[in-house]
Amino acid sequence: MTTLFLNARLIDPEAGTDAPGGVLVADGRIAEILPERTDPAHLFRARNIDPAKADVVDCGGKCLAPGIVDIGVKVCEPGERHKESYKTAGLAAAAGGVTTMVTRPDTNPAIDSPETLEFVTRRAQADAPVNVLPMAALTKGREGREMTEIGFLMDAGAVAFSDCDHVVANTKVFSRALTYARSCGALVIAHPQEPVLSGGAAASSSKFATLRGLPAVSPMAERMGLDRDIALLEMTGARYHADQITTARALPALERAKANGLDITAGTSIHHLTLNELDVADYRTFFKVKPPLRSEEDRLSVIEAVRTGLIDTISSMHTPQDEESKRLPFEEAAAGAVALETLLPAALRLYHAELLDLPTLFRAMALNPAKRLGLPCGRLAAGAPADLILFDADVPFVLDRFTLKSKSQNTPFDGQRMQGRVLATYVAGAPVFRRD
Amino acid sequence: MSHVSPAAPGPSFAARHLLGIEHLKPHEITEILDLADTYVDLNRRPEKHSDVLAGLTQINMFFENSTRTQASFELAGKRLGADVMNMAMQASSIKKGETLIDTAMTLNAMHPDLLVVRHPHSGAVDLLAQKVNCAVLNAGDGRHEHPTQALLDALTIRRAKGRLHRLNIAICGDIAHSRVARSNLILLGKMENRIRLIGPPTLVPGHFAEFGAEIYDDMREGLKGVDVVMMLRLQKERMDGGFIPSEREYYHRYGLDAEKLALAKPDAIVMHPGPMNRGVEIDGTIADDINRSVIQEQVEMGVAVRMAAMDLLARNLRAERMEQAG
Repeated sequence: MTTLFLNARLIDPEAGTDAPGGVLVADGRIAEILPERTDPAHLFRARNIDPAKADVVDCGGKCLAPGIVDIGVKVCEPGERHKESYKTAGLAAAAGGVTTMVTRPDTNPAIDSPETLEFVTRRAQADAPVNVLPMAALTKGREGREMTEIGFLMDAGAVAFSDCDHVVANTKVFSRALTYARSCGALVIAHPQEPVLSGGAAASSSKFATLRGLPAVSPMAERMGLDRDIALLEMTGARYHADQITTARALPALERAKANGLDITAGTSIHHLTLNELDVADYRTFFKVKPPLRSEEDRLSVIEAVRTGLIDTISSMHTPQDEESKRLPFEEAAAGAVALETLLPAALRLYHAELLDLPTLFRAMALNPAKRLGLPCGRLAAGAPADLILFDADVPFVLDRFTLKSKSQNTPFDGQRMQGRVLATYVAGAPVFRRD
Repeated sequence: MSHVSPAAPGPSFAARHLLGIEHLKPHEITEILDLADTYVDLNRRPEKHSDVLAGLTQINMFFENSTRTQASFELAGKRLGADVMNMAMQASSIKKGETLIDTAMTLNAMHPDLLVVRHPHSGAVDLLAQKVNCAVLNAGDGRHEHPTQALLDALTIRRAKGRLHRLNIAICGDIAHSRVARSNLILLGKMENRIRLIGPPTLVPGHFAEFGAEIYDDMREGLKGVDVVMMLRLQKERMDGGFIPSEREYYHRYGLDAEKLALAKPDAIVMHPGPMNRGVEIDGTIADDINRSVIQEQVEMGVAVRMAAMDLLARNLRAERMEQAG
C-alpha cells in the first residue's frame, strides 16, 4: 500500500524545519521525504509504483507532522470503564492527533503485575485505533513499599515504570527500585513533589489561593521533590523522567542535573503551559489538576524551558473524571482533565502567541517522547513508521465539551476559542481519523 | 407594630446572593449598614416584629456546627416574619452519602426563598448558589468568606467610632484559617482603612501582605496606636504544636491583656467574633470591660445586619419574580 502526501507544509522536529514538501509512504513506513512541487506521475514512474494502487493526498498547504507521542494518558481500564475505555480513549487520541498513547498504571487495581498488563494490552489491541504502549507501576499497588516485577513487566511490554502521582516517599524503597530498574534498563517516571508539604493542597500558595481560602502548597515542594530525586539518580545512575515540571524554581536544578550528565529528562503538561492559577476563578473544578495550576510567571518560565529544550516533553496528562467527581466543592473535587483532543489546539495557542514554533512543539510532543522511550516514531524521516497527522494550524473554532469523543468531558477548555485542529490522522500509513 | 424600611427598594444593591464581601461595592456595604441601623432600633423595641419577609421561607443549612450564627439568622428571619427552618446537615444526608448538589436540589424542590448556608469547604456555598432558584446567604464557607460577620463587625465599628474609614484596625490571631479575617480584610480595605495583621508567621502567611495589609509578628509593635483591636478565635486543633508551640506561649505572645492593649489608642475598642477562649487569645477581664469591649454589641449587630441583608435580598428576589411574571 502506497500513499503520497503532496503539497504539504512539513513540520520536521528533527531538522527543526517548517517548509513545503511531500511524503511518500509505503508499507506503513515513510519511504521518502519529497521536495516541493513533486510531480506524482513522474515520481510513480521513477519509483516503479503502480498509480492504481497508490493514494494521493493533496494536503492543500496544511501541516503534515509526525503523530503525537503522549506519555501519561490515563485510560480507566481496569476499574473505572465508565470514565474512559480503550475504545473511547483511542477514538479521542485519533481525533486529537495522538498516534501513540503511553498509558498510566494508576488504575484500580493498579497495573502492577504482568497479568494485569497483559489484560490491558489485549483490551488496547482489540479496541484502540492508535498505538498503545503501557506503563506499569514501580511499586506494588503504587503503595511505595515493594517494587513490582520490573523484569517480567518489561517482558510483557511495559515501556516505563511509574507510580504516577503517588510519590515513593520512602527513599530506601525508591533508591532500590531505581537501582533495580537501572539493571533492567528500565525508564522510571516520577512525580517530583515533596509529598508531606503538598499533602491536602488544592492550589499553589499565592494571593489568589489566599483570597479563595484554598489549602495551598508552596511551589517549592516541586523543587524539593526534584532535588531529592536528582540526589537518588546520582546514587543509582538510573534512567529517570520527571512527569511534570511546572515551576520556575525547579528549572535550575534540572539544568544542573542534565549538565552533570545524569540520565534525566523532564516533561510538562499542556495545562500548565496554557493556563494559570487565576483560571480557577470562582472554584471551577475542571481547572483542578495535579500539581495545581501555577502563577503566570511559572507558566512563562516553563514555556521558555520547552523552547530551549530543558524540558523535553509535553503531555496531555489526560485524566478522565466523571461529572460526579467534579460537581463537588473545589477541595473535595477530583483532580485531572481530559486532554487528548485538546492537546494540539491548546499547544497551537503557544504557536499563535509566537512563543514556540511548530518544529519545537513537535519536538516536545512527538520526537523527544519517542526518543526517550526508544521508539522509531516521532520523526519525518525515511524508515520511520508512517504515524502522521495532517492539521490546519489556523482554523478557528469554539470548543464544545459535549463533542469530545472521550467518555468523560472534564476539559477546562469548554466554550473557549481555539485555533487549529487535526484534519486527518494516520497510523502506520492507514487513516484512523478524518474530520468531515 | 410593623416596621417600615426607610427607603424604597434601592436600585444600588441588586445582588441575587450574598456570597462574599469580594463582590460588594462600598456603597452597597453602606446601604446594608444603613438599613441595619434601622433594624437595631426595631430590635430594641418591646414589639420587635416586622413582616417584610412574610410569606417567604428561609432554610438554614449548616454543614458545620454553629450555635451563634445559626441562632442569629434564625432570629433575624423570625423577626422579619419569614417561615424559618433549621437543618443540621452534618447529622443527616451527608452521612448517607448524598452530595452537596443533590441536597441542594432536594431543598430547592421545596421552594425556599432564602437559603442560609455554612459549609466546611471553601467555595461550597458558591457551588450551591449556582444550582438553586432562591437567594443564598453565605454563613461561612471553609476559610473563604463569612460576609455577615464582616458586616456586623463593620456596623459595630461604625457605631462605636462614628465612621468606617481612615481607622487603624488590627486583626490578631489565626488569620490563615479564618474566613472572618478574610471577609473583614476585604471589607475594611474597601472602606479605606489601614489594616494590620498580627500573629505568628505560621498563622499569618505572607501572601496577606499582597492585599495591602501590614503584617506584624510582634503584637506589641502591631497594636501601637490602633483604633480597633479585632481578636480571632484560636481553634483547639491548632494549639497542639503544629502551628504554635503551646497554648501558654501563645497567650504570652499573642493573648490580648491589659498591658498589650495599653499600647493601642486610649479609646480603642476590642472585638471578638466569639466564642472566646478566655486565657488563650484574650484576657477575661478585657472581654468583660464594658468601656473597651464591644463583644456583646457585635452579637446584637449580628441580628440587625442579617435582617438587613435578608430584607435586601428578598426585595431583589421579589423584583426578579415580578419581572418574570411579566
